[in-house]
Amino acid sequence: MQIFKQAYSFLLKEIFMGHLLTLKYFFKKKYTLNYPFEKGPISPRFRGEHALRRYPNGEERCIACKLCEAICPAQAITIEAEERSDGSRRTTKYDIDMLKCIYCGLCQEACPVDAIVESPNFEFSTETRQELYYNKEKLLANGERYEYALQKSIESDVHNR
Amino acid sequence: MIEFFNSQILPIIMLILPIIGKILLIILPLLGAVAYLTLMERKVIASMQLRKGPSVVGPFGLLQPLADGLKLMLKEVIIPSESNKILFLVAPIITFVLALIGWAVIPFSESFVVANLNVGVTYLLASSSLGVYGIIISGWASNSKYAFLGAIRSSAQMISYEVSIGLIIISVALCAGSLNLSEIVLAQKNHWFVLPMLPMFLLFFISALAETNRHPFDLPEAESELVAGYNVEYSSMPFSMFFLGEYANMILISAFASILFLGGWLAPFDCIFCNAIPGFVWLCLKILILLFCFIWVRATLPRYRYDQLMRLGWKVFLPLSLLWVVGTASFIVFIQ
Repeated sequence: MQIFKQAYSFLLKEIFMGHLLTLKYFFKKKYTLNYPFEKGPISPRFRGEHALRRYPNGEERCIACKLCEAICPAQAITIEAEERSDGSRRTTKYDIDMLKCIYCGLCQEACPVDAIVESPNFEFSTETRQELYYNKEKLLANGERYEYALQKSIESDVHNR
Repeated sequence: MIEFFNSQILPIIMLILPIIGKILLIILPLLGAVAYLTLMERKVIASMQLRKGPSVVGPFGLLQPLADGLKLMLKEVIIPSESNKILFLVAPIITFVLALIGWAVIPFSESFVVANLNVGVTYLLASSSLGVYGIIISGWASNSKYAFLGAIRSSAQMISYEVSIGLIIISVALCAGSLNLSEIVLAQKNHWFVLPMLPMFLLFFISALAETNRHPFDLPEAESELVAGYNVEYSSMPFSMFFLGEYANMILISAFASILFLGGWLAPFDCIFCNAIPGFVWLCLKILILLFCFIWVRATLPRYRYDQLMRLGWKVFLPLSLLWVVGTASFIVFIQ
């Protein structure tokens, strides 16, 4: 029996079967995404670069409640607030250290007015550290840039809230 | 002076010039083929792994080999301080030259061959055996443990598989009745030798894989154990010489296999349509198919263990090919 087994192995059956398998894969559809030119789909809950949103009338949403600052596990958010001339409570400083941030999404969950959100953008690498210390202007600019996408993703995720 | 030139030197030049032309006609396309073989390898393996492979540099990544070559040329040549400098730089040249030298006897068609030697087969075998020297010199001259281990493995492997390759070639030569490569091809006019000698063709192909240090017998460059084998200390042009040499060797041994077994430049069917296509196209096609098989094997099989490799070479291939030689010889004596 052993001898038959040995002789059988000289037919290289397994090896040829393996080659047939790879040949089959040779003609299959490829999974490669040409990344900078093609991008994969992103979930509406994707947690990317942060943004501060405004109301449709242009008023900033953030009321400086500092819930996000309190909940941030990486302590990446720093907020300072003052009374504005019209008597409303607004931030004077809203900094996020993107290098400390762990993109957990707790800030956007804590926010009572949907002001701080994480946008679907994940391509914000920079060449210096300084550029990743985001301030209020940068965050508000991000809000304007991604407002449409943010509205869409919030709307599509509304049943999970 | 002019008379001397006309009577003595001019005839020599007239004799040499067409040969140089032929050599260039072979070597330049060969170097291009080597460059594009690397691209083909990457593309084919990528396809078998459901990837796309290089596709950014030029249409379908067609300029990738040029970019790679440029990168290699612009790199710094690093010579290890403990190395033997002369041997260190001579080794890649030896490998490269020996990979090209074999092409002298490869017949591309009935009339196109640089040197129509009567001992073409022996010449090819000799030049491929000499290839071991480039490798062992590089391993020794690098004065590095990994390189030396790689070189030793490589030479041991090449020597053991050359034995069975030699025996297989003997059985082919027995059938053809000649060691001239053109005559071996012409002897296959009625039927290719791959048909009566299919097991030997497989044995030859597997030995060729070992001979060119290809997967699954690429122990000399087993990345997981030896980093890169005998060329670990090399960079820039010396490295690319090794690289070119290895791939040129692959093409050479594919050409050799297609001449020995697949009827060289002969068309597969003896019809007008097939014969209208020039011979070297058929040869290139056969070489291409064999090269695809080389890459295909690489994409399929995992690496052999070293003792398995040696066992396969000495305990399986050697007796099998020896038996086959004896069988063919007695068969030929019997029918005569």
